[in-house]
Amino acid sequence: MPLKEINILRRHGRQYVPDLRRVELRGIFRGRPVISGDITEAEAELVTSLCPVGAIGVTSVASGMEHASLAMDLGKCVFCRECEFALPRMIRFSNDFKMATNIRERLSVVAGADQPVRLDPEMIRKEIRSFFKHALKLRQVSAGGDNSAEMELNAAGNVNFDMGRYGIEFVASPRHADGIVITGPITQNMAEALQICYEAVPSPKIVILAGTDAISGGIFGGSAAVNREFFDKYPVDLFVPGNPPHPLTFINGVLDLIGCK
Amino acid sequence: MKENKYIELFSNPATLLLEDIPVLEYPDFVAFIDLLMGEEGTHCVAYFVLPQPDKYRFICCMAADENHAILVFSHEQPLQPAPSLPSITAKHFQFHVFEREIHENFGIAFPGHPWLKPIRYPFNRSEVANVMNTYPFYTINGEALHEVGVGPIHAGIIEPGHFRFICHGEKVLHLEIQLGYQHRGLESQFVEKQAILQQSVLAENIAGDTAVGHSLAYAMAVESLAGITVTKRLSIERIIALELERIGVHIGDTAALCIDIAYQFGQVVNEALRTIIINTTQFWCGNRFGKGLIRPGGTNYPLTADIMAEIINNLKEVEERFLQVTDRIFSLPSVLGRFEGTGKLTTMQASLIGAVGMAAKSSGMYRDIRWSQPFSAYVDHPYEPVMLHKGDVWSRAMLRKLEVEKSMAVIRELLKEITHDENPESDVRHPDYDLHLAPSSLAISLVEGWRGEICHIAVTDHSGKLSHYKAKDPSFHNWMALALAVRNQEISDFPLCNKSFNLSYCGNDL
Repeated sequence: MPLKEINILRRHGRQYVPDLRRVELRGIFRGRPVISGDITEAEAELVTSLCPVGAIGVTSVASGMEHASLAMDLGKCVFCRECEFALPRMIRFSNDFKMATNIRERLSVVAGADQPVRLDPEMIRKEIRSFFKHALKLRQVSAGGDNSAEMELNAAGNVNFDMGRYGIEFVASPRHADGIVITGPITQNMAEALQICYEAVPSPKIVILAGTDAISGGIFGGSAAVNREFFDKYPVDLFVPGNPPHPLTFINGVLDLIGCK
Repeated sequence: MKENKYIELFSNPATLLLEDIPVLEYPDFVAFIDLLMGEEGTHCVAYFVLPQPDKYRFICCMAADENHAILVFSHEQPLQPAPSLPSITAKHFQFHVFEREIHENFGIAFPGHPWLKPIRYPFNRSEVANVMNTYPFYTINGEALHEVGVGPIHAGIIEPGHFRFICHGEKVLHLEIQLGYQHRGLESQFVEKQAILQQSVLAENIAGDTAVGHSLAYAMAVESLAGITVTKRLSIERIIALELERIGVHIGDTAALCIDIAYQFGQVVNEALRTIIINTTQFWCGNRFGKGLIRPGGTNYPLTADIMAEIINNLKEVEERFLQVTDRIFSLPSVLGRFEGTGKLTTMQASLIGAVGMAAKSSGMYRDIRWSQPFSAYVDHPYEPVMLHKGDVWSRAMLRKLEVEKSMAVIRELLKEITHDENPESDVRHPDYDLHLAPSSLAISLVEGWRGEICHIAVTDHSGKLSHYKAKDPSFHNWMALALAVRNQEISDFPLCNKSFNLSYCGNDL
């Protein structure tokens, strides 16, 4: 009988991605966008009006710069790539999946600057790295999430990505958790449960937002059924953009946050 | 006489003028539903209120599967005094969700409705005093009974919902499911956001696990309103995407069913296979769930020769390994011991509640939009649904396996048809975000997603702007199937039963 299992396992082979820090994604992937510095004002206006979520805007003229600068907010972007299709020579979504950061403003991609999105280590609360570097247990709360971000968070622990190798795991109870991972724009109907769950996590605790919906409300940002008062009360430790965020984006962001190599 | 009672639609999607929809007196409306419900395979796909300045217009769409038709008819009621209409649910239980939704949104009374409870606590509900934690749960008094409340936040990484069990020892006597935690004001958003691109993005974010299914239903509805037809090539590409989505989820669900019976071997092998499928979708369009792939009028991601080769190779690899592992899963006594006879939904129950999709097909009901109201490439490629009859967890697991095989065969057949296209690029157009929708019209589109029947209805005002939108996920009907299936089961089998249906909360904004 076990022969069948052995045969299946032989075909199954080694599934885990050996180095999650350095992976090349095959084919196309809608990762960190790069905007050319040559983009004209008219072109900037075109994509600004095209964007379905208002993620693209002209930033105020920086001192010493002649042109108004175009910026794309990855916290609002739904990664539809329509701006690239409109201006393929000016905007390009790269394969760079490392887009997570602890500073909301760093999610702003500015025209002419092909800079990676990184965390600011100075701004990470000291207790995060001293407590959670080797083991981080997280409680997930879906608050209006569309189930794609939730599935990608599940996938982060599967045989391929296996983030358990770093001691990072999702747990069943907030009482067992060091922090919460929120998906979805936060519906009014889920706001109270989210609050209760957050309070049930022992301190020190962290808050991670996974996906555009969680970071800005995404396409549901203006809806009357959404209640984002949670963010008036509590700080956020990590923003993970994406629609949904790729498991590699999430895992790399968390590793950078807790200071794991 | 019969002609003016309803409009019969034989295409999917279909558009009709609002003024052409016959208006019946309520008693005639009910009598007509009585008549239709007496026929085999007839079921309600949509029943909703179109509020107008001076009246409520109730529109009903019934699918007559045997005739491959959709019947549309309506009745009207004054705004004041608030209408009170004898419940249709009292006689035809499958109307319960529709009447509950209408009651909650507009405060219309349905005397005789056996279960007139809140459904999602929408922000624009008629009775704002009703809030989530005042939900009127059914109770049974008895010293030997206890209640178990689970959720809204669950142990795993899943969407929120509240389950209230009434148990006798380990045995579940009754389960009531309270939803609404995921309510994002979805249908209102379609009206607030008028740009076609915004609405396309909304559609693919209705339910991320059914991004292709819902965005296809939306695209079909607005294309129909705009009077455009897509190329044959594009309709084939869309169905390939839809079937890839089905394969990916079904394999992932097979893994998840193995988790719930602690069969780790089956879990990890299937997880890895699902990864190959969704990475194929990413290879095609840059998103593992196919978001951005379906757009009205055309696509940004034509299916190139490279992608076709990738699909063929990956399907071959996955099929061999999937058959190998499922052969093992379905022959292990310890698996069969948990799957067989667990969480049974009888054919009669399925029919009574108007079950659709997988839940219906695994309980012996012949119900599949690909067969009954063929759309897109299915118009030229007839589909015969996979059928099973026992209605237990085994049937729902086995149905997934059989549908994976069938979907792979469908994709291969469709690929064969387009492989030798002379000039494939010219045959697929770019998306059209500048559609002019027919004014004062209603479009209905039906898509068989992996869960079952998705129904989108778009209504325009006199200027051709969307004025009302309905997006229905198969889960709308099937949540009741889960509640019935766990009766008399051990409460410890609930996770297994739940996963075997794998229903969506956000798909209906619930």
